[in-house]
Amino acid sequence: MEPVKMQDTNSYLEGSSQFEKDAPGSDVSWLKSLRRDAISRFCELGFPTVRDEDWRFTNIAPIARTSFQLSHNGQSSITHKEVETFTPQGFSGIQLVFVNGRYHHELASLNSLPKGLKVGSLARALNEDDDLIGDHLSRYADYQKDAFLSLNTAFMEDGAIVYIEKGVVLEEPIHLLYITTGADSPTITNPRNLILAGDNSQATILEHYVSLNDNVYLSNVVTEAAVGSNSVLNHCMIERESKRAFNISTLRVQQGRSSNVTSNSVLLGGAIVRNNVHPVLAGEGSECYINGLFMSTGRQHMDNYMKVEHASPHCDSRQLYKGVLDGRSRGVFHGRIIVHKDAQKTDAKQTNRNLLLSDEAKIDTKPQLEIYADDVKCTHGATIGQLDENAIFYLRSRGMDLNSARSLLLTAFTSEIMERIKVLPFRNYLENLIGDWFLRGKLLQGTE
Amino acid sequence: MLEIKDLHVKVEDKEILKGLNLRINRGEVHSIMGPNGSGKSTLAQVLAGRETYEITEGEIMFEGKNLIDMSPNERACEGIFMAFQYPVEIPGVSNTYFLREAVNAVRKYRGLEPFKHVEFVKMVKSKIKLLEMDDDLLQRSINEGFSGGEKKRNEIFQMAVLEPKLCILDETDSGLDIDALKVVSKGVNSMRSPERALLVITHYQRLLNYIVTDYVHVLVDGQIVKSGGKELALELEDKGYSSWGQSEEHNVTAANT
Repeated sequence: MEPVKMQDTNSYLEGSSQFEKDAPGSDVSWLKSLRRDAISRFCELGFPTVRDEDWRFTNIAPIARTSFQLSHNGQSSITHKEVETFTPQGFSGIQLVFVNGRYHHELASLNSLPKGLKVGSLARALNEDDDLIGDHLSRYADYQKDAFLSLNTAFMEDGAIVYIEKGVVLEEPIHLLYITTGADSPTITNPRNLILAGDNSQATILEHYVSLNDNVYLSNVVTEAAVGSNSVLNHCMIERESKRAFNISTLRVQQGRSSNVTSNSVLLGGAIVRNNVHPVLAGEGSECYINGLFMSTGRQHMDNYMKVEHASPHCDSRQLYKGVLDGRSRGVFHGRIIVHKDAQKTDAKQTNRNLLLSDEAKIDTKPQLEIYADDVKCTHGATIGQLDENAIFYLRSRGMDLNSARSLLLTAFTSEIMERIKVLPFRNYLENLIGDWFLRGKLLQGTE
Repeated sequence: MLEIKDLHVKVEDKEILKGLNLRINRGEVHSIMGPNGSGKSTLAQVLAGRETYEITEGEIMFEGKNLIDMSPNERACEGIFMAFQYPVEIPGVSNTYFLREAVNAVRKYRGLEPFKHVEFVKMVKSKIKLLEMDDDLLQRSINEGFSGGEKKRNEIFQMAVLEPKLCILDETDSGLDIDALKVVSKGVNSMRSPERALLVITHYQRLLNYIVTDYVHVLVDGQIVKSGGKELALELEDKGYSSWGQSEEHNVTAANT
């Protein structure tokens, strides 16, 4: 059967009824009703528009206008060699590979899985109706008010499930590599990841979105993470989609008592990109550090939407986002901090720094503090500037050429985020990638 | 080595240098003194290649080459070094990394192999001792959080590492206490050689107690109005610039520091 082309809400509804027949876990009744509820919610909400406050600076009309097919007909075979180009040199951890949204076991590196770690395909867990799924899936990411979340929930079929047992400390990071090949006509994938970190555990997880060509597609990603008390989770998202692709992603983290979460987002590719990071500091004394680097050029649009919820006393949050914008690209930093009534002694800080490299590049930065407690410390700051001409002259007067001087300053600007990426092979991979663009006087291969 | 003829320079439609002539030979030390706004720093910036200054007339030859057509980095590679009056702070770039990039850019230009790591470290360590600077300044970001004295020392340190042919000191002495001034002067003096020339731009005669100059030029209102030997500096300290129609501003400023 030819997959339905989905554009208006009716066609998404039609697509959903075709999809649910043989989707993973199609005979699990609670899943069936979850998917049905989600698609009807999507039909009620429709795609957001710029009249919606949360989407004021990001017009996703190009997504709403495109008719997408589920990517079942797309290319699905990938060689080990192609996978290797996206595996940073020196990386030896656990690796799961997804092609057009589907897990490919033959491409995975699961050697020597440590005791106390369960990692695998969500599709399989859905089919088996794993208890962990039943307890946690869709419990944190609330799709009732978010069209892309409801769309993902309605169409979710695969992704990664990572379960770290109580007290387990993972030495090696876990790399979730999503490769999209797309097809001649636009495709949509809805990766869904579930990370469950037991009490006193520690893990590092990297999500990595890449493409093999310039096809138009939408990656509509949702990652839910439940982090137990006294646990440490280090999450990193690297987005290198095709220059015509769309990537909408949500990281929703539920933090237990005294847990410590770091999220690093690096946005480099894609035509329209929206990265939502939404931690809820639910347990007393928990901390989160949210960092991001976004680099856009051409007509790229990159939207960073933070929602940091302080729901318990004595929690700390830090946000540091840096943007480098060139060409006619546009960036958004929307940083919401919500301090609930009981969250006394909250210490929240937000910083957003941007460099505009061209006259046509534009950034909208919007802090939004909603504070319902009375004993809190919340600060925010944003800067927008250009490369310092005095610094460029200074470097040149010592012998460095213009490109090297600019490159050095850009590297210095981005290094503050790079230093926070603790998985060295990935940090080197990104630094080399970015450094190479800088030296060629470009921000992205897309501008050539 | 350096020959400036009838140099006219404008900034935002205001003429700053109005027909300046200067000739500097190898091995010589020249000082340019003058009141505020006379064009001293403009001259230094123009020689280093600052693009915000517009050269409307005249020529600058350096070692037989036309300097005006060269980019700031080409000039550096040819052997011109200016110690900045206000050194720039560059967060996130370590001094060592920057120096190695700079030294190797200059070496490449001259057709030399880049420094080997060990050689480079050895060379840098010997120069840093000369300026009585702490080794840890090398690991710190360029000038970030440096005191005024540390910044000026860092300039001379860079100069010592890059070994230029023409050293231009743009008010390197201003803001320095006497101890820092001695250290900086020691660094500068160590660079004197028959192959190298120095152009010392200063407001105050004080620096010339430590860096012995061969020639003193008085710059007033964009022109050199008098040239002489080092005794001219003392005369200026005494009488100020009043004989050239300048007010007592110079002496007043000097008294304040």
